[in-house]
Amino acid sequence: MSKKTIVGASAVAGAVAMALTGASLVASTTAASAKEKCYGVSLVGQNDCAAGPGTTCAGTSTVDYQGNAWKLVSDGTCTTMELPDGRMGSLEPLDRDLPA
Amino acid sequence: MPQMADDRRSDQPADATSLEPFSDALLDPDLPTPKGIVGPKGKKAAKRFNVYRNNVTVGLVGALADIFPAVHRLVGDEFFRAMARIYVQTEQPSSPLLFRYGAGFPAFLKTFEPVAKLTYLPDVARIERAWLDAYHAADTPVMDPADLGAIAPEDLADQRFITHPATFVVRSNFAAVSIFAANRAGKDLSGIDPLIAEDGLITRREFDVEIRQLPAGAAAFLQALAGGATLGEAAGSAVEQSEDFDLAAAIAAMLEAGAFSALASGKIDEKGQ
Repeated sequence: MSKKTIVGASAVAGAVAMALTGASLVASTTAASAKEKCYGVSLVGQNDCAAGPGTTCAGTSTVDYQGNAWKLVSDGTCTTMELPDGRMGSLEPLDRDLPA
Repeated sequence: MPQMADDRRSDQPADATSLEPFSDALLDPDLPTPKGIVGPKGKKAAKRFNVYRNNVTVGLVGALADIFPAVHRLVGDEFFRAMARIYVQTEQPSSPLLFRYGAGFPAFLKTFEPVAKLTYLPDVARIERAWLDAYHAADTPVMDPADLGAIAPEDLADQRFITHPATFVVRSNFAAVSIFAANRAGKDLSGIDPLIAEDGLITRREFDVEIRQLPAGAAAFLQALAGGATLGEAAGSAVEQSEDFDLAAAIAAMLEAGAFSALASGKIDEKGQ
């Protein structure tokens, strides 16, 4: 085996310090906090579930924007997001776009 | 005598050796109806078996279309279904969970002559397979960047990490990440040069799978870390691969994406890759 390059401790420490002060990092770690259930907005097969992914109902919606399937979205964004053909997201189950 | 002479269910446990001819015949229409498959009163069941056989194939073809939606759209529905029918004969599902199907599909695309000109297609398929694996991976909190900040500066280079279950690195000689992202967003491929190599990092912090393009050398860096290397060693192997490697940017990307779930204290915790 050829000899391996190892980056020294001070270089690594400097890089970590730089990475930790990066503004994008602060933004992305605080963004993922408050969520609300939003009905009628998930694409086919991409709905969430009460017990989270990996359970049998997550990812089981069979039409886009299925009214009785929900997805977790950031708090306060559910009823204001733009969907095709004038649809609106809802905090309660909807009876539109149900599978035939 | 046939084992099941009528259509009542046999309570005898199935003999494992008898299942193989059955599953082989399911996917190969040239094989005869397996022994023991008979209709009521012991009549031949070739037609019945063909209906079942067709349902299995159509089901698997449909699963492939759902698992690889970008590939499906890129080649068109008719072509995709014809191609998938050929593939289905080569891969029997290895899990009763249908969303795990298609592990060999990217390799198949590489050897399937009619799509040879779409050089990026196998890598787009690898991203789609990894995307779904990330989607169904175990829910695990990602590492808090503050954990890294709490380490004494002189010890940072010796740190190892535990890879998050939803983390996948896909390296491509083509612009597979851009093509995948454009296709999933419903955009066309104009403006994308397919011959520019791209590395992608797939992660899932909470409920949404994310993919981001990695800067030069970062894929080697993350793969080394996932393989149990220390921060210093991983940075070294990335520098060997790419002179332009930016360690700070790579660390920022991995923290932002949530690629690791925790610091490995002491011993190496390997992730089955």
